[in-house]
Amino acid sequence: MGKFRGGIHPREHKEATEYKPIEVAPLPQRVSIPLSQHTGAPSKPVVKIGDTVRTGTVIGEPNGTISVPTHSSISGTVSEIKELPHPLTGRFTTTVTIDSDRQDTLDENIRERDVSNITPDEIISAIRNAGIVGLGGAAFPTFFKLSPPKDKPVDTLIINGCECEPYLTADHRLMVERPAEIIEGTTFIARALGVKNVIIAIEDNKPDAIAAMKEAASKTNFTVQSLKTKYPQGAEKQLIKACLGREVPSGGLPADVGCIVQNVGTAVAVHEAVRFNRPLYERVVTVTGPGVAAPKNLLVRIGTPVKELINFCGGYQGKPEKLIMGGPMMGITLASDDVPVLKGTSGILVFNTADLAEEQDCIRCGRCIEACPMGLSPTRLNYHIKAGRLAQAKNEHLLDCIECGCCAFVCPAKIRLVHNFKYGKAELARTKGR
Amino acid sequence: MDNDRATQLVVTSSPHIRSNVTVAKLMWAVIIALLPALGGSIYFFGVKALLLIVISTAAAILFDALGQLMFRRKITIDDGSAAITGLLLAFNLPPNAPWWLPIVGAAFATIVVKQFFGGLGHNFINPALAARAFLVASWPTQMTTTWLAPHTGNVSGLSPQALTLCTDAITSATPLNVLKQGPKLLLPGCDPQLLYQHLQSWDTIKNLFFGNTGGCLGETSALLLLIGGIFLIATRVIDWRIPLSYLLTVAALVLILPGHKTAVLNYTLFHLLAGGLILGAFYMATDYVTSPLTHKGRVIFGIGCGILTVVIRLWGGYPEGVCYSILLMNVATPLIDRLTLPRVFGTRRKK
Repeated sequence: MGKFRGGIHPREHKEATEYKPIEVAPLPQRVSIPLSQHTGAPSKPVVKIGDTVRTGTVIGEPNGTISVPTHSSISGTVSEIKELPHPLTGRFTTTVTIDSDRQDTLDENIRERDVSNITPDEIISAIRNAGIVGLGGAAFPTFFKLSPPKDKPVDTLIINGCECEPYLTADHRLMVERPAEIIEGTTFIARALGVKNVIIAIEDNKPDAIAAMKEAASKTNFTVQSLKTKYPQGAEKQLIKACLGREVPSGGLPADVGCIVQNVGTAVAVHEAVRFNRPLYERVVTVTGPGVAAPKNLLVRIGTPVKELINFCGGYQGKPEKLIMGGPMMGITLASDDVPVLKGTSGILVFNTADLAEEQDCIRCGRCIEACPMGLSPTRLNYHIKAGRLAQAKNEHLLDCIECGCCAFVCPAKIRLVHNFKYGKAELARTKGR
Repeated sequence: MDNDRATQLVVTSSPHIRSNVTVAKLMWAVIIALLPALGGSIYFFGVKALLLIVISTAAAILFDALGQLMFRRKITIDDGSAAITGLLLAFNLPPNAPWWLPIVGAAFATIVVKQFFGGLGHNFINPALAARAFLVASWPTQMTTTWLAPHTGNVSGLSPQALTLCTDAITSATPLNVLKQGPKLLLPGCDPQLLYQHLQSWDTIKNLFFGNTGGCLGETSALLLLIGGIFLIATRVIDWRIPLSYLLTVAALVLILPGHKTAVLNYTLFHLLAGGLILGAFYMATDYVTSPLTHKGRVIFGIGCGILTVVIRLWGGYPEGVCYSILLMNVATPLIDRLTLPRVFGTRRKK
């Protein structure tokens, strides 16, 4: 236990924000909210231009089994509903723009409820109605994870407080500042799943978070487990392996080994949704990187333009070369700072260097194989994909790649391995694995 | 950010941070690790050694560039890999080799072995070793009899008292040659057992360790080679698995197999320190391009090299087997790679 194979130790760079309390970002004048902020079908718009909405009003309703509603994050007027490129995928997505009335009036449905006898079904529907998705970055609808198939009994809930990506400190700050809410949210999730065994897993580079969570968990039977700092400790499969020694089968889900993983930020959102009926319209975002003047942890309304957050953090420092949504290992570069914060946005990073090192030929040093936490052989997969041998790549488990970036990080020849694997996977999907 | 600035943002795939290890840094680390042995060979064999090393290295760099020009590849001689090939080739030459030998060798190594197969990363055998094998086959006299005594000792590494007991023929044979040819080098009536005792005496072993014996330019001083080798392992430039499994296999085999043992420990140490074993185990068997990718594969590779080395030394026609054993294992590398792929997370080990 306590170990998974492979992984890397990149410099953490968390010092810029790890001791900075979460600040409330100023209310945006205007938000644009894509109706696709989660894995699965986008929600369907239920407002029209000119409608008045309050903070937390539903603007899109779920559209399919794996889909959740979307809510307004400010009060004001709907000024635009149109197809805009999604910040992450670039695909055109229905996006609702709302102009603020500066009142921030809450939707009337947001009020405290009696949770003493709440049933698992009530918890799950509250979570779905609040539009909660995994806040760790993957943005998978949370309610769906909490309804595992009956033939896969879940015995353990792991709350993921690892935050193994360098630079990011949003989860860290939540654990230090709002441990009681995380514990309550966790209690709701555990009740919804009907599990007794709850592990709160935190990397040992956050001793203050471990202490705060231990203190808050002292009245519960939850275990706070400190894990060795190593990237990607927070990846679901690696986390389960480290906490329980169980290995999620290739192509399988955590439920296959009786386990569900939820992020600490998600636990806070669950607490808000279940106790106060408050939808997910804001989240904590770390705005940092060498290209930001005053890095901060911010509580941000979903749909706030990235540009405004950077301005609130003192603006750019030097010439920005790369703007990243998420962490430096798995985050996605933005082509413009005029895009909105999403439910899955854990960080905004600004780099002054673009890292465009030229690819060299592979010298077969084997470092990528050593680093791969999934036991893959990146150098071989890369050769297969470049040679068009997609079937061979699939055979050697290309689809098990979690895109953590360990291989590309260590590669001395600077080969764009993750890029090529994403391409290979997309090709496989396009040709249905032929 | 105004619009024209925004359009200058770089969009790439993750990850957005990279380790600072580069191909060139790895190659230069190997060159640095070879410097003590380089200094040693100049100290032991004089200016002649320096000349051969310079010719060999310069020729390798030049021919590598020529090969790249020929195939319209990017010139990448600054990555250090050609310099390593030249340096290692020189280290594999006898100190009195003619000046043109490294030039022919370097051309063969870089153009035929490396660039014909696609350049750095694509050659399937070690260029320097392939060149050495080529030179031994083509110019055996120049490659196997042009030994020089280091100015600190003699070719065989035997103490002067030992030499007076035996014959003059021994003075021009390297330690492994003495072991291989034994009685043939002695005058009739001399006791070969006495010769082996001298060969495996602490005096000789000390000479092998410090480099006061004859041999190829870079292989004489085990100490200087070990300094560089340990540096490479400590800085994680090379994996310890290949040298360790190689050396342990040689040690274990010479220990249990019949041989001219006079004292078991001394005999084992003699085999570890004599010839090119240390040079081969730390600097040539560990060549990334031609050795296996995986940890398990590297151990198998090292064991394979060890077995072949001992077999050639004990029963083969050559006194030394390091070069051929590594070349043979190079050829087995793709197979070893395929058989030792790590177990993919979430799958059962294939039966």
